[in-house]
Amino acid sequence: MAAAVRLLGIFLSIVWVAEASAQSYTASKDQTLNIGNGAEPKELDPALATGTPEAHILDNLFEGLTALDEKTLDPIPAIAESWTVSPDGKIYTFKIRKNAKWSDGKNLTAEDFVWSWRRALNPMTAAEYAYQLYYIKNGEQFNKGQLKDPSLVGVKALDPYTLQVELVNPTPFFLKLTAFHALNPVPPHVVSKFPGQEWTKEGNLVSNGPFKLTEWKLNRHIRLEANPFYWDRAAVKLKDIYFYPTENVDTEEKMFTAGKLHITNTVPTLRTPYYAQMAKQAKGYQPYKDTPLLASYFYRFNVKRKPTDDWRVRRALALTIDRKAIVERIMHGGQIPATTFTPPVIGYSFKGDLPDNVTPAAIAEAKKLLAEAGYPEGKGLGKIEILYNTNEGHKKIAVAIQDMWKKNLGIDVGLFNQEWKVYLDTQRRMDFTISRAGWVGDYPDPNTFLDLFVTNGGQNLTGWSNKDYDQYIHQAGQTLDQAKRFENFHKAEAILMKELPVLPIYFYTYNRLVSEHIKMIENGQFREWSANIMQRFVYKNFAMVDVRK
Amino acid sequence: MTKYILKRLLSIIPVLWVVATITFFLMRLAPGGPFDSEKQVPEEILHNLEAKYHMDEPLPMQYVRYLGMVAKGDLGPSFRYTSRTVNEIIAETFPVSAIVGLLGLFYALVIGLISGIFAASKPNSARDYLSMAFSMLGICLPSFVIGPLFMLLFAVKLEWFNVSGWAEPKDVVLPALTLGTMYAAYFARLTRAGILDVIKQDYIRTAHAKGLPEWLVMVRHTLKGGLLPTVSFLGPAAAAILTGSLVVESIFNIPGLGRFFVQSALNRDYTLVMGTVLFVAFLIVVMNLLVDVAYAFLNPRISYD
Repeated sequence: MAAAVRLLGIFLSIVWVAEASAQSYTASKDQTLNIGNGAEPKELDPALATGTPEAHILDNLFEGLTALDEKTLDPIPAIAESWTVSPDGKIYTFKIRKNAKWSDGKNLTAEDFVWSWRRALNPMTAAEYAYQLYYIKNGEQFNKGQLKDPSLVGVKALDPYTLQVELVNPTPFFLKLTAFHALNPVPPHVVSKFPGQEWTKEGNLVSNGPFKLTEWKLNRHIRLEANPFYWDRAAVKLKDIYFYPTENVDTEEKMFTAGKLHITNTVPTLRTPYYAQMAKQAKGYQPYKDTPLLASYFYRFNVKRKPTDDWRVRRALALTIDRKAIVERIMHGGQIPATTFTPPVIGYSFKGDLPDNVTPAAIAEAKKLLAEAGYPEGKGLGKIEILYNTNEGHKKIAVAIQDMWKKNLGIDVGLFNQEWKVYLDTQRRMDFTISRAGWVGDYPDPNTFLDLFVTNGGQNLTGWSNKDYDQYIHQAGQTLDQAKRFENFHKAEAILMKELPVLPIYFYTYNRLVSEHIKMIENGQFREWSANIMQRFVYKNFAMVDVRK
Repeated sequence: MTKYILKRLLSIIPVLWVVATITFFLMRLAPGGPFDSEKQVPEEILHNLEAKYHMDEPLPMQYVRYLGMVAKGDLGPSFRYTSRTVNEIIAETFPVSAIVGLLGLFYALVIGLISGIFAASKPNSARDYLSMAFSMLGICLPSFVIGPLFMLLFAVKLEWFNVSGWAEPKDVVLPALTLGTMYAAYFARLTRAGILDVIKQDYIRTAHAKGLPEWLVMVRHTLKGGLLPTVSFLGPAAAAILTGSLVVESIFNIPGLGRFFVQSALNRDYTLVMGTVLFVAFLIVVMNLLVDVAYAFLNPRISYD
């Protein structure tokens, strides 16, 4: 059905798309930004939220001790104006800004952070992302109920403007975590006034970021307005932001074309080739932008099950898929063929020996490996099945891979799809041979990818375990020396890519349509919209401008 | 009649109870739960979550707890939209669906009845074939085709309406048209069939023999009996149309109740699934009662005493 809609959309829109794109000449006066945000957010409690639509809004409502630099993703001062780290890397002391305030005008103090983090860790709060605070001393024990006294958690206010945090390990990426919404402060004086989650309702919610919540209409829109009490108020140029839940991607595209949206959440898959081509060939401003996201699309192998229990079989399979063809002929959205698991991030990148397309040498090696594993010419492998959650895109990729393995190795591959929650359940029970998966990095650091596959890791779900791998990941977490950390990560990833409990396919991109009315401000100058690899947007240094045709 | 209505009203309670029970247990049989997500939640955190929503209790106890809440009119908090209760969600979104639905229903009835009568007034003529061809088109074209077509023509091309959203009163028009078109087509065919059925009856011939003008025969005699099939379809149709449609609401991005039927089930938002199912069940039962009462007025051969 969805495909039919899109086909029709394509057919009809070819006629009108070129001439459309309504222009408004009041953008600079209104300073209103309209954003397509995908789905209706589940909640706006920074401690409880987990999804992307929520994070997009929360990043603008709340602010943590640190923020991430838009380009380099390095931590920069936010609510904390400065900090010091003890020589062993375990004690962080933050200086809170004296002019940091809540959006109701009340002062924001170090006590608020202590209260907020204890709340996020409290088992009664039942925060899914509580494990992001397990790096703090006794955080894990308190959250798991092994420790009842919250005052033992390693966070305390030395005075109203000094916050001291004690960590379990040096945790080199901790200052990036403090920019993540799970570690944002919540207003104690508001949260405790309302039962349950009612404090996040429109009219109740008080925040500390560049914007504050003024309207939250279910499935209609969420409106943020510039927060008058924000410490860096002068840097905020936008008057308000509307976030629209745009679940129907074809409607979202039409909203953009009609000038109702300035930034879309995505581009309809079948329209991507058209836009991508326009962006390459046509003159003048092109709204289509594809930008990388810190995320990996891959298949999990069940290493507890035949025949994927043998690394030679896994490698043979990994050698014989044409990643370039998948990206260029199926995805069309500028995705990058992945020959390793971790996407390049903050200077870290791993070069493995998997090819991004299928070479005769790779096929020969794969056939040899299969024979060594006891499956000459693929005999005895039986029918391998790929599990994926019901989705047109996943299906196309699975069909392509099925075909590649049949052609290159003569293996019969079955496909089966399940509805999202059923698929999650099957994956958790590890009732699969090969299963589609995706992973989005939580913070800009290789650790957010590589710590997935430590022995018995909650997200491992392959049954794979390797002592040396565990050791390298552990060592990387013990030092603040970036070069040493990367060395450990390289060694770990080399093991991962030799044993291949996962089959890397591609690194994600975000495809959006962006209006030329929206500009970013850097050193007092306007510049074109751009996205960082976290796809995190704080609309603090954004402005709307008029465009003359 | 009053006794009959009272009896029917009382029967709503066991009907809703059966619906609630079946839905409750079917839903729990489905694999996966509200807290499953791509990023697996650690065991202990899952326990915390389950405790918060009383999901750590045995299923029968949860069932009794839920029924107790419903008896008090409380449908519980939503698992997904955590700051809202199911009552609030229905209260916020049902009016939107109802307005779109009422307008759609009105449009469907007007168009459907007129073209049905028009067609039936001269069976097997050009006007009959023409209006029936149109109604066949209306039935065959699903709303996910009509919706984007309307949007392209009236919003993008002609710019009479907004592409989507729910900000101005006129935003109701395109969704209502989309929603109503299919029903209009059904109503047209049912009305035509109903009238053709009645038109051969003796009492119609009698009416003609009395020398009544054509239009008066139609209004006073033919329509009364001829509308019965339309009316019986009207009950369930009204319940369905008033509670909104996933397709129309998602195409036009309007904040109605319809999209929650499917989404809440996909999200395993147990309380919201229960709430929407019970709400619709209640509406359908009430609408059917209204239809049965209307029968008695339209057809003197039906009586409930």
